Formats: sequence, C-alpha cells, structure tokens
Amino acid sequence: MSNRELLLGDDAVALAAIHSGISGAYAYPGTPSTEIFEFIQARAKEHGIQAFWSANEKVAYEEALGTSYVGKRAIVSMKHVGLNVAADPFVNSASTGVKGGLVVCVADDPGMHSSQNEQDSRVLARFAQIPCLEPANQQEAYDMTRYAFELSEQIRLPVMIRLVTRLAHSRSGVVTAPAVPQNEMNPVEESMQFTLVPSNARVLYRRLLEKQPTIIKCAEESKWNNLDLPETPSSIGIITNGIAYNYVRETFGGKVPHPVLRISQSPIPKQKIRNLLSMVDELWIVEEGFPEIEDLVRGVIEPAGKIIHGKLDGSLPRAGELTPGIVGKALLGSWPEGLAKTLDETPNRPPALCDGCAHTDTFALFRHALEPYEKQQGKRIRLYSDIGCYALAFYEPHDAIQTCVDMGASISMCAGASYVGQFPAICAIGDSTFAHSGMTSLLTASRQNANMVVVILDNGTVAMTGTQETLATGQDLVDMVLGLGVDKDHVRVINPVKSKYEENLAIIKEEIEYKGLSVIISKRPCVQWMRKSKS
Amino acid sequence: MKCDIVLAGVGGQGILTIAYLLDNAAVNKGLCFKQAEVHGMSQRGGAVYSHLRISDREILSDLVPEGQADMILAVEPLEVQRYLSYLNPNGVVVSNVEPYLNIPNYPAIEGVLGALVKLPKSVLVNAKGIANSAKLPRAENMAMVGAALPFLPFTMDDFEPIISEMFGRKGERVVSGNMEVIKAGYAVGALTAKLLEKGLTSEQANGLTKDLDPLEIEQLNVEELIAKIQ
Repeated sequence: MSNRELLLGDDAVALAAIHSGISGAYAYPGTPSTEIFEFIQARAKEHGIQAFWSANEKVAYEEALGTSYVGKRAIVSMKHVGLNVAADPFVNSASTGVKGGLVVCVADDPGMHSSQNEQDSRVLARFAQIPCLEPANQQEAYDMTRYAFELSEQIRLPVMIRLVTRLAHSRSGVVTAPAVPQNEMNPVEESMQFTLVPSNARVLYRRLLEKQPTIIKCAEESKWNNLDLPETPSSIGIITNGIAYNYVRETFGGKVPHPVLRISQSPIPKQKIRNLLSMVDELWIVEEGFPEIEDLVRGVIEPAGKIIHGKLDGSLPRAGELTPGIVGKALLGSWPEGLAKTLDETPNRPPALCDGCAHTDTFALFRHALEPYEKQQGKRIRLYSDIGCYALAFYEPHDAIQTCVDMGASISMCAGASYVGQFPAICAIGDSTFAHSGMTSLLTASRQNANMVVVILDNGTVAMTGTQETLATGQDLVDMVLGLGVDKDHVRVINPVKSKYEENLAIIKEEIEYKGLSVIISKRPCVQWMRKSKS
Repeated sequence: MKCDIVLAGVGGQGILTIAYLLDNAAVNKGLCFKQAEVHGMSQRGGAVYSHLRISDREILSDLVPEGQADMILAVEPLEVQRYLSYLNPNGVVVSNVEPYLNIPNYPAIEGVLGALVKLPKSVLVNAKGIANSAKLPRAENMAMVGAALPFLPFTMDDFEPIISEMFGRKGERVVSGNMEVIKAGYAVGALTAKLLEKGLTSEQANGLTKDLDPLEIEQLNVEELIAKIQ
C-alpha cells in the first residue's frame, strides 16, 4: 500500500513535484503559496534538487524556464499577485513552449486573507492560452501536479496549477504514487525556439495556436471535468469549479439531485457544457473566484430559453470567498443560522505589529520629525509605503502610512509625487521588498535626484511570510544603495533604539531638509526572526 | 460519526498545536479529517482560528459549514463570540476563562464569562491555573484540549503517543507534564459534561466546577455535588 501522508494543499503540490523528478524549484514568498517552496527546500538536498528563494517572481519564473530549456523539470510557485510580476516571462513562455516539464503553481486568495486583491489566475491562464488545473482537495493537488508535469512535456507548454487559500492551507491525508527519476540533460536544439525576434515570434505564435485543439481535447476528456448525473433527471443543472465543487456536494450531503458539471481543467470544455445545457432549463454556476466560466457561458447573447444564476446576476456574492453556508443558502433558499452572539459588543482583534517590533520605533521617529511640517501645512503627513508587516502601520495607534499598492510602489509613487512638488515626500520599504522591486525604482529616482527620503526598514528577513531569507541586508544593502547612485553623504544607517532616539531624530530632520535624494536605512532585526533563530 | 470543530484563539496561543494533535489522533484511528487554517498577516497578534473536521466518511468542504459545528474550542474566552454562528444548537463551547489582553477595548471579563454560561452547553476551564500547577505556563492550550476530550471521538490513550512524539525532544519531564495538564483539563471537562447530562444548566454546572481543584475531582461524588444546588 502507498503512504498516506498528512499534507497541506501546498505540501501536496510540493511532494508531487518532488515525485515528478523536478531538478529545480523557484519562488518568492507570498501567502498562501509560501509553503510549497518551503516543503521542497527542506528536502532538496536529499533529492538533489536546486531550490532557493529568488529576488522576485519574474526571476523565479525565468529560472524555471531555463531549467526547462535544458530538458529538466521545474516548478515555480507564487501567490496570485506574484504572477502579475512574472507575467512577462509567463505569457511569452507560451510562445516559446517548454522542453522539460514546467509547472507554475499559483495560490489565489479569495477573501483577501493576506493580499491586496482577489484576482483569479484562471483568467491569466486563458490569456496566455495554456491549460490550468484546479484541485478540489489535497489528493487532487497531488494527482493533478503529477499529471501537470506529464501534460507539460506532452504538449510542450507550461501548465498552471491554481490553488486557493482554503486548499493551500488545509491539511488532509494524501496517498502518494511511486516517484520518477529526474530527466537527463537535454537542451533545446533549435536556436529559434526561445528567440522571440519578430520573424521567429510569428512562427512560434502560430505553433501555440496549433496546440489549442490538443489542449481543448485534453480538457474535454479530462476526468476532472466530470459530469455527475443524478438517479432521477432534474431540470436544474450546476456548473462548478475547484473547491466550490465541495461546497455544492456538501449542500446536498454528498448526493446532488441535479446534474453537476465540475470544471477543473481549462480551457473550458465547451462540448460538455452544451451537453449539460441541453438537459436542463435552469443553470447554476457556482465558482470560487471570478465569474470566469459564467462570463464565458453567458457571452454577449445569453443561451436562449435558459435561466442562469451565478455571481453576475447577484445570486451569489461577487466579492469575497465562498463558504458552504453561502452556497447552501443560494442553492436551497435557506441554511441553518447557528447560535447568536451572547455578548453585546465583541471588539475586533486586528493583526498588529509585534511587541518589540523595530518598525514601531522607526515610525514613531518619523511621526515626531514630521510634526513641524504638519503644523505648518495644517494636516497629517503620512509615508508612502509598501507590501510587508509595516503596512500594519496604517492602523491605530500608528496611522503613519498612506499607500500600499504593489511591491516597490512606495519609492516610485513617492518619487512621482516629489517631482511635481510634494514636500516632505517620504516612503518606507522593507529590505526584501526593496530587493524584489525597489532597486529599479531607486535607480530611477537617483538619476532624477528626487527630493525625497527613502526609508529602508532592514530587519534582516522576510518577516510577514514567516522569516524567510532576504537577499538584501546589512552592508550588502548599503552597497546596493550606493551602487544605484545615491550620494554617499545622504545614505544614513540608523539603529532605531530608545538610547539613540535624539541622534536618530536629528539625522531624519537633516535628510528631510536636504534638497535631493536621501536613503535612511533603519536597521534592527525582526523579533520573530530572533526568537526563531534562538529556538 | 462526524465531529466538526472550530478552534479559536489569538496568534501565538498554540491553536495549531491543538490542531496537530487532533489531526494525528484522527489519522492514527483511520478516520478522515480536514483541517483548514490561516497563515500570514492575520497571524500577527490577531484573532486566529482553524476549522477541524473529523468523520468516518469522506469529508467534502475544508470549512465547517455555518450552523453545523459540534464544538467551539477556545483558548481565549472573548474569541468564542466570533464563531457562534458556526455552532449547531446542540453543540458545546469549551473555553478557557483567561482573557488575552492586547486590545484597549476588551470588555469586563465577568461579562465575557457570563455570556458564555448563557449558552446551552458550555464548559469553562481555568487553563492557566492548570498549566501553572504543572509548571508549564505555556501549556494552556493542552489543558483546553484535555477539557475537550470527553466530547471528542478519542481517548487519553490516543493522545499519549502523539504527545511523546511532539515533546519528546524537550525531555521526559515536558512529555509527562503535558500529559498531566491534559488529564487535569480532562477531569474538569468530564465532570462538567456529566453535570450537563444530568440536566443542569451551563450556569449551574460551571458554578459548581469553578473552584474545584482538578486533581481532586476524581474523588468527588457527582450526586452530592448536584445536591449542593438543590
């Protein structure tokens, strides 16, 4: 008998990748995808796999593509918004195709538990014209990943696995299958296949289009695009995807009295959808994520004589994640309420910066330094900020930041504001976010000598996602900032501790007043990281 | 058989350790289980929860359906309120009495606990007291899992090997200390369960168990205890 292992959805993808004989695993941390790479990293040596954190998702994707180029298998994992960063190589790798199997696992975050949006990666898979697989449980996460590597080499395209938070971070038993060895070194021979100059790109794009009938056929025949028929016919049909399939079945205690088409392998199987539609008068489309299938099914001219319910007609909520209760209430008309609160007021307990966090002290210094400017201008002055724990400085008692848009945007947005006259213009970015996407922004700002202060919060680790290794800290970080052209007299390193408060405050005031670009590196280790490295 | 549990507490209180113990107990017994948790930003000192589903049949949703949880197991008493909409009317709340004070507007603790004994079935546990007597102040979560045990499809024997594996590298004393904590929690949970079964209200049952020493519970005569009320 095979092993039954206790795995997160993330772990199941990772273990399947190892068993599929990957030679490389690449990633940048991001909730809820982080554990995929961490699982592989912990076993990399034992299996002879190259696994290390990359500076960002684009780099990680390109590294995976290079591993594929020489004929070996690779997995690259990221959160949904990470795929925006990697979109350039992702979309173009559909034209180049792959050699060794290439699986891109993207973990979406419906409900935004730890993200700035809830975009649906299926849309990007369709945009790139590659297949996407959506497991409904941990076992399928394993099985689909094994299949994805096979499919990738068969059709010579990257294949996407789409997870959502509720599967990525949910644990269950998984039965595994025998592992296969790594591929031999066998690089691409044709020099044009990966050289997307226009004359080649035109040929390669046609090749991508020629592959479409094959991937459509795979989807039409996929066992994960299953049409389950009830014992007695029903005039109502249901189309569902990924984990929403579980909620649909849960609603009816496992036995759904209507035909259910579950679509977990794209492109959408149009023939199967037409078959279902021909059986019913009324159709429910229950999707976790965007109304992607619903939009395609409805089209511009909706199917004649059919009533369709879903997110686009308000039968299901458009925003937020689905739950068994939301789906149950929509399909049955009612759902048990549970108990009411017995306390009149239950105050929220929002996440907060940890006790002893260096960011708290750094923001306090800036709040103090900004007081005279606030008095003069008669309004609160806040910092442009970025993705990381320090985004929690938005909340009381800090109320110290005014933006958190995407990785690296703090510096570029602040520069854009300073060019047109905002003063003081200050931004805050963490060491890892700086390495991810801040360097090019700082290079641009330094060429313009923007009149602004960039604060780099160097806590030595990627804190928010669980203290992973950072690529830019300490003296390396200082050297990088100098290398990007910032005047060495205005690159200041402070240690934000109480005993140096006055000294630090004076430095900050000086650099705000300096008419040009300053970088203040506030360097003090993350308390969580310190605690972990001690135990 | 199915047992749907919502675990509740504050980041850092050891919710996921409870989940780990119960996951492994389920696997060892050949039961199906699914356990959903939340990582990342929400963990930083905020309210945290985990959904744990155990069954002898296939489990579909990773999330416990609203209104269908059999138990809310809370390491922090205020946190119970957030998840009551998950509890079915016959479900039980097993909660610590010790508040975790990291917000400025935490309500008066008497009111918080008073709200819990208004529930049809609640079991309140002085987990801090139990953990401190065993000189393992961080083991409040283990006292809570012990108190929940009478309502779970497991026995003390199912827990022992897992506790050994979890704490073995910290030495024999930590293993036996944790078992001691679980057993003390169990004593409180089992007695309260018995009192509730005898038809006492949550307020009456928890009123009786409130000041008892968990180590002396075994010697108590339940009928005599109930007679104190009547």
